[in-house]
Amino acid sequence: MFTYTIRRLMFAVPTLLVISFVIFALLDLAPNDPLGDLPLTIPPEVREQIRASMGLDQPFLIRYLLWLKQFFINEPLNIFEQMTGITVGDGERMRVLSWATRSPVVDLIVQRMPQTLWVVGMAYVFGVLIAIPVGVISAYRQYSIFDQIGTFVTMVGYSVPTFFTGVVLIVIFSSYLQWFPSIYDTNLVVNDWSSFVQQVKQMVLPVTVLALYNASQIARFVRASMLDNLSQDYVRTARAKGVKEKAVLLVHVLRNSLIPVVTVIALGVPTIFSGAIITEQIFRVNGLGQLLITAVQGADIPLVQTLTFIFAVLIVLFNLIADVLYGILDPRIRYD
Amino acid sequence: MKRTKILLAGTVAALAFANVAHAQRGTDGDLKILFWQAVSTLNPYLSGGTKEVYSASLTIEPLARYDETGKLTPWLVTEIPTVENGGVAKDMKSITWKLKPGVKWSDGSAFTAEDVVFTWQYCTAPDGGCAQKAQFEGITKVEAVDPLTVKVSFAEPKYYPYGAFVGAQQPIIQKAQFKDCVGAKAPGCTSANFGPIGTGPFVVKEFKPNDVITFTANANYRDATKPAFASVTLKGGGDAASAARAVLETGEYDYAWNMQVEPEVLATMMKAGKGTLVTAFGTQVERINLNWTNPDPKLGDKRSTVEGGKHPALSDPAVRKALSIAIDRDIIDEAGYGEAGKPTCNIVPAPSAYVSTANDWCLKQDIEGANKLLDQAGWKKGGDGIRAKDGVKLSFLYQTSTNSVRQGTQALVKDWWQQIGVASELRNVSASVFFGGDPASPDTFQKFYADVEMYTNNFDGTDPEKYLAEWLCNKIPSPANGWQGQNIPRYCNPEYDKIVAELSKTADLGKRAELAKKANDMLTAEGAHIPLIHRGQISSHSVKLSGVKMNAWDSELWNAADWSRKK
Repeated sequence: MFTYTIRRLMFAVPTLLVISFVIFALLDLAPNDPLGDLPLTIPPEVREQIRASMGLDQPFLIRYLLWLKQFFINEPLNIFEQMTGITVGDGERMRVLSWATRSPVVDLIVQRMPQTLWVVGMAYVFGVLIAIPVGVISAYRQYSIFDQIGTFVTMVGYSVPTFFTGVVLIVIFSSYLQWFPSIYDTNLVVNDWSSFVQQVKQMVLPVTVLALYNASQIARFVRASMLDNLSQDYVRTARAKGVKEKAVLLVHVLRNSLIPVVTVIALGVPTIFSGAIITEQIFRVNGLGQLLITAVQGADIPLVQTLTFIFAVLIVLFNLIADVLYGILDPRIRYD
Repeated sequence: MKRTKILLAGTVAALAFANVAHAQRGTDGDLKILFWQAVSTLNPYLSGGTKEVYSASLTIEPLARYDETGKLTPWLVTEIPTVENGGVAKDMKSITWKLKPGVKWSDGSAFTAEDVVFTWQYCTAPDGGCAQKAQFEGITKVEAVDPLTVKVSFAEPKYYPYGAFVGAQQPIIQKAQFKDCVGAKAPGCTSANFGPIGTGPFVVKEFKPNDVITFTANANYRDATKPAFASVTLKGGGDAASAARAVLETGEYDYAWNMQVEPEVLATMMKAGKGTLVTAFGTQVERINLNWTNPDPKLGDKRSTVEGGKHPALSDPAVRKALSIAIDRDIIDEAGYGEAGKPTCNIVPAPSAYVSTANDWCLKQDIEGANKLLDQAGWKKGGDGIRAKDGVKLSFLYQTSTNSVRQGTQALVKDWWQQIGVASELRNVSASVFFGGDPASPDTFQKFYADVEMYTNNFDGTDPEKYLAEWLCNKIPSPANGWQGQNIPRYCNPEYDKIVAELSKTADLGKRAELAKKANDMLTAEGAHIPLIHRGQISSHSVKLSGVKMNAWDSELWNAADWSRKK
């Protein structure tokens, strides 16, 4: 198992390099321009100088290599310096700078990360917590009323887009009932009970929208997987030797059913980091998804490049984690 | 009866006066402003975007501003220098600004002439990529004569010397804060760029890029009774319609910038009675540029260049005029702009001294006249209803940027042109590509690979000299100059060049206005473009907010120090 993991990690390096090159090339070929939003009163000569100050006058390959150096050498060194307080060299090195804000991209990401983890991560946790019992009961009592309703709700939750459910919830709970705010207050600091209540209130709507979507998806998987296992011979054997029904269901069937589900959940984790782009935009949560969408709109290529690449790293990493977990949960699977 | 009225008026005036006299700093709480395009940085020299210039204007200020009528107003100086008061040299080669004594930066240090000199050095440093560099063009030296006197010298006589340090685009930044951020190091100074120290009414407390800015009242502001608000929260993001709703309908915000929303949607929101709309007209004109060169793809590299030859149809003055009078500008205005637009036939629509009426014939739609004009010029309708002459069809590719109002206008114009036997193919390009100016892209407005194209342009400040110089023969974009150059229609007339040259050598304001009008008339009459709508800026504010003076010549937040909440 260990050597397998090491081998996979080694193999990830060239994969990620290729991914980073493809992202860079795609962004470079896209006909977007960072100066598109500037007023036309800024004359062309000045625009040319602004472009040069962003490094856009360099050829494609140089810019790519520069980004590699900034991202793989300068940024980690910078994090190392901040954590240890030791200055490497003269401590002055070019970091990956966003074109729109002219500030380091990594700082922007660090600033946005907590909101995304809180809102989207919470929605994911809730989603999983709701999905597993719903899936288990739906499968165990197949075609019962509970299963019918559960199937209906999960199908709706899965197929209705979040930009629709989000607006529907705003109309009902913000405009009509006025229970929850529609705009996420990003300046809110939680330091006492009332601000905590306020924070919970403003998180309710976005978390609900996303939790419904996540739960629907995972519940379908749990149900299907449970159904597959319930009809297996080992279940009959367990029942025949007098194991209690609860133990059959929760120990034997559930554990076996969770193998594919865990993979699905693990593969879904990177999507937390990419934020729920649409939901964050609707509720004005200043998370990573909103950062990515504004960067795309403003052709802030270093920011888009860095964000997408970090997502790529996470996807590769969680693929590996899913594979390793699979081996741990199912002793029959051995990679060595 | 009359006496009571006078008495009453007197009492009201006295009350109002008493109110002003009792005004105190920071008594009106938090001012909530919504910019639906989030602010990326607070250093306007590094961005140039309108949202950055406006938000920074709460903190950093220029030497002089334009007020809501477009009049130059001293801000950090004691008076506007003129030749009469000796501030401008007789040979027009220098201008001397006298700074107001006692002005302090928000950190308590003194504001001096050195800071003004530094601002010039900062923006003109090589490799800095300063967005406002053009404003400092032609300046050879900026020097501090004494701590309160700044002398700006020009290489050539400058007949309109109020370019540099005037208006929200070029505020003064503090030397002490930015001295290590010159040139290539400018983008690296994140904390300075995100929190410039200024002389303005508010101080940056926290800046979250692309999200929200928190300001507090400046304790060192030069007027001890201002600003009335203790803090400002400037939130960004979302879209124009929901921003309008937050002010006009729910009242969550006090002020929202740039209400680019269909007029009827705004009208419904207004019914809630929580906010009002404010408009101001600057120099923006939505126009259709006509391509004087041939955009035929067969020409390859010579496409839309002077070398590629004249446009086969649009080179005929009759066609250009017919296209213009076939359009009903009132309907375009009503459908897409409402309060934020007025029909116009001028390319210089303001200030009022520069507005010409010579081309007002175009304001009235005249389909019949247009048809007659084309008939006389020999353009005959074919079986498909499209006019043609010598094998050249009046069929045009009409491009613009993607934007619902522009697509609506395109559809209207296409219909009117259809009625005079002109076919048009509509096309829209994403704004970031269209205005991006990437020389490698075939879809930019500079390349103009189309017959006609529509967009808005304007000029900074109140003087149109630089703007009118955009139509000079040597400003035509071509592959040789990397498609740079602002003469987008590829118009070229030596007579016109002469007028603009004369304008740049005239100091008398009355004569300048006359020449500018002449140039403006020539452009419309000859059909370099078809002016459509004089566009205003439209914002909204809560009915409880007082003191807003909507300004199209400077930052909309230019007088935020005077804003207060009605009790």
